Amino acid sequence: MFGKLSWDAIPLDQPIPLGASVIVALVLCAVLAWVVAKGYFPYLWREWLTSVDHKRIGIMYCVLALVMLVRGFIDALMMRSQQALAFNAPGYLPPEHYDQIFSAHGTIMIFFVAMPFLIGLMNFAVPLQLGVRDVAFPTLNSVGFWLTAAGALLVNVSLFVGEFARTGWLPFPPLSELKYSPGVGVDYYLWSLQISGIGTLMTGINFVTTILKMRAPGMNYMRMPVFCWTALASSLLIVAAFPVLTATLAMLLLDRYVGFHFFTNTAGGNPMLFMNLIWAWGHPEVYILALPAFGIYSEVVACFSSKPLFGYRSMVIATLAICLISFTVWLHHFFTMGPGGDVNGFFGIMSMIIAVPTGVKIFNWLFTMYGGRVRMHTPMLWAVGFMVTFVIGGMTGVLLAMPPADFVLHNSLFLVAHFHNVIIGAVLFGAFAGYNYWFPKAFGFSLDERLGKAAFWFWFVGFYVAFMPLYVLGLEGMTRRMQHFSRPEWYPWVLIAGVGALLILCGIALQAAQLIVSIRTRARRRDPTGDPWDGRTLEWATSSPPPIYNFAVLPNVEHEEPYWGMKAKAREALRMSAEPRYEAIEMPRNSPTGFITAFFAVITGFSLIWHIWWLVVLGLAGAYATFVVFAWRDVVEFEIPAEEVARLDRANRVARAAALQEGATT
Amino acid sequence: MNAAVLDEDRGHGHGRTPSSAPGHGTGGPAAKRIIVGYGFWIFLISDIIMFSALFTAYAVLAPATADGPSARQIFDPDSVAIETACLLLSSFTCGMASIAASQRSQKWTQLALLVTGLLGFVFLLLELREFHGLVARGDGPGRSAFLTAFFTLVGCHGLHVTAGLLWLGTMMAQFYAKGFRRDIQYRYFCFSLFWHTLDIIWVAIFGLVYLVGLKL
Repeated sequence: MFGKLSWDAIPLDQPIPLGASVIVALVLCAVLAWVVAKGYFPYLWREWLTSVDHKRIGIMYCVLALVMLVRGFIDALMMRSQQALAFNAPGYLPPEHYDQIFSAHGTIMIFFVAMPFLIGLMNFAVPLQLGVRDVAFPTLNSVGFWLTAAGALLVNVSLFVGEFARTGWLPFPPLSELKYSPGVGVDYYLWSLQISGIGTLMTGINFVTTILKMRAPGMNYMRMPVFCWTALASSLLIVAAFPVLTATLAMLLLDRYVGFHFFTNTAGGNPMLFMNLIWAWGHPEVYILALPAFGIYSEVVACFSSKPLFGYRSMVIATLAICLISFTVWLHHFFTMGPGGDVNGFFGIMSMIIAVPTGVKIFNWLFTMYGGRVRMHTPMLWAVGFMVTFVIGGMTGVLLAMPPADFVLHNSLFLVAHFHNVIIGAVLFGAFAGYNYWFPKAFGFSLDERLGKAAFWFWFVGFYVAFMPLYVLGLEGMTRRMQHFSRPEWYPWVLIAGVGALLILCGIALQAAQLIVSIRTRARRRDPTGDPWDGRTLEWATSSPPPIYNFAVLPNVEHEEPYWGMKAKAREALRMSAEPRYEAIEMPRNSPTGFITAFFAVITGFSLIWHIWWLVVLGLAGAYATFVVFAWRDVVEFEIPAEEVARLDRANRVARAAALQEGATT
Repeated sequence: MNAAVLDEDRGHGHGRTPSSAPGHGTGGPAAKRIIVGYGFWIFLISDIIMFSALFTAYAVLAPATADGPSARQIFDPDSVAIETACLLLSSFTCGMASIAASQRSQKWTQLALLVTGLLGFVFLLLELREFHGLVARGDGPGRSAFLTAFFTLVGCHGLHVTAGLLWLGTMMAQFYAKGFRRDIQYRYFCFSLFWHTLDIIWVAIFGLVYLVGLKL
């Protein structure tokens, strides 16, 4: 009846996962009870859960990412504390549990923190920057988000029901084959990534179409903000790389479920096939994450240097060069697994070449700051912190790209330090910069600067204290994923790294405080103009938060920095452009399709993990029924009358006109 | 809100003035017809990339027969020829359905779609017969890495055809219930792109798996 599922799946004998899941369950129940008791549920359902508005979906992505960041960071704290206690001792985490923790940490941080955070910021900002009213496929966008959330939910369910993979963040066969990983851990991993991967693919398709086919009048390619360019490059990479991930994981699933022989070491199976396929996705994935972050820095640096971005065209070329070259470096992930000298040489050189366009970008940002009036607000602080940190991470990366060095350093903590250096230093810092930068646009009030800066400093210093010792440990020969160790010379460095993790914890606590304090004091943080940073791109041309249709009238782009051009004109003439003729606007109606699809996806995924076949059939039938019901609807849009559009826009114009006059007198 | 609104060829979030822009940035967002078709092309590209991963796996694993049968011993050229004919013909009738739909002829649209579906169904039956025969002989996908890759690649195409048949049935019901509304026409346009793409992938399978396999 329930397949492999029985009471043994609940970890009643393991206090740590049991306690953790009880706490998570209590928090979830408390939040749900609060929502229902306060009567917020109808609002939540109507305005958020069923929303197809790209801004709302973007915000929900970011919320998901922040929640999962806490989850992934708790895993990190457990690993650091385990190693701090495990010098000549067993520590407090048994090996089979420790293995699940490092696997979950990597999986969660990449797939359910970094990806949703950047996709969320793309969702929020790209249509605004393009000067349009939504993405190409709004309902598909909602489905994509909810499938990502469904994957995240399944990963977290594994904490309480069953176990998670013990195979690392990428399940290399033959270890991940049924013979060596007979539990449900790898199945949890595979099905949650299949479900969320489909969601990511939908997002990629949506954004390629949006950016290439939907832009404000006059916005040709060379007038697109760099963030849109990087979002385009990242989406192209998603479209080209995620299908490979889907196919590869499907092959492993077939091996595990029906005894196929893709990657087994019997009957002609070939584990190296998995290595090649997974990294053919895996290396572009690095740039799927990094490119949008580079785009955020480009926006932030130009805005807070009060200058146009230096070398816009070279930035675009560098972005697309990275997009292309990222498909020619995958083999550097397994130099030591026998490809031979010539092949290693080629991929080593390609890996060094890809550092060149990245270097171009660094210089462009530096030259943008040079001679500008730099304002050190929180987003700019993250950007400068990134430039310093990322250069170090990039250099250790070029070091690892040399096969001879890699033979010494591979699988050591040096590698772990390197990729945290780039992922935290570039991707996460970028996401935080974007979060602080666009928050006032999303909610109409700005985040607290003092707490934001304090959070930055704790993160920044904490990062160095936590990861520089790992470089040393790697050079001293400490391998990754060690549950305990006995070398006395490693011990002090391990302890220092633990202190670094605690500093980062302070940073996260300060970020939470920043959010709470800012919400409580929002009345005096309001920004009526919609342009708190003196921005240069179109998202700042509308009110904060933007109306559902973004722009009362689609802006006409006549300048390389669309909004700056308009503002300069208004400042010169000392008055705003004439009031436009308002028209009624049709917007897509909200739809529960995404939420319901995700519901059936969770049911299907869970029953596949536990081999509950009748429920699989039920889940798939439900998903198909949802599709038909969605396809059958007749009314897809609703109309916002011209008077309503005029009313909202006039209020914002008054505030902007006041700001314009104020700017003229000071 | 009624069908009349849906009939207008505009992207959402538009104002009252219809757009004829190609979406290259001169005249604003492109028309809905262009956006839908473009997005679906991008999806098809991603689907083809997924197949390319399966083709890669097949190319790597094809020699790994693990003392089991090799390609030449199991392929039946006659059956494959009929399968191919069915699928190519179904693409032709799918195109006929496009013409009938643009002429808004319910009778011919439904007929052409029915024939398309039946041809697809015959294709599937033949494929299942081939698979069943292999499994019955003990040469199922668990026999060797070669058979694993063969069953997965060809079976994945078969799954796509199955999904296509489900979609086709839904399309027929939609044409019948909702008529030739513009959004239904866009959907049919996507379906026909999908169906033709399955043909292209089948041609690759026919050449790289069956023809090359029979030579080996």
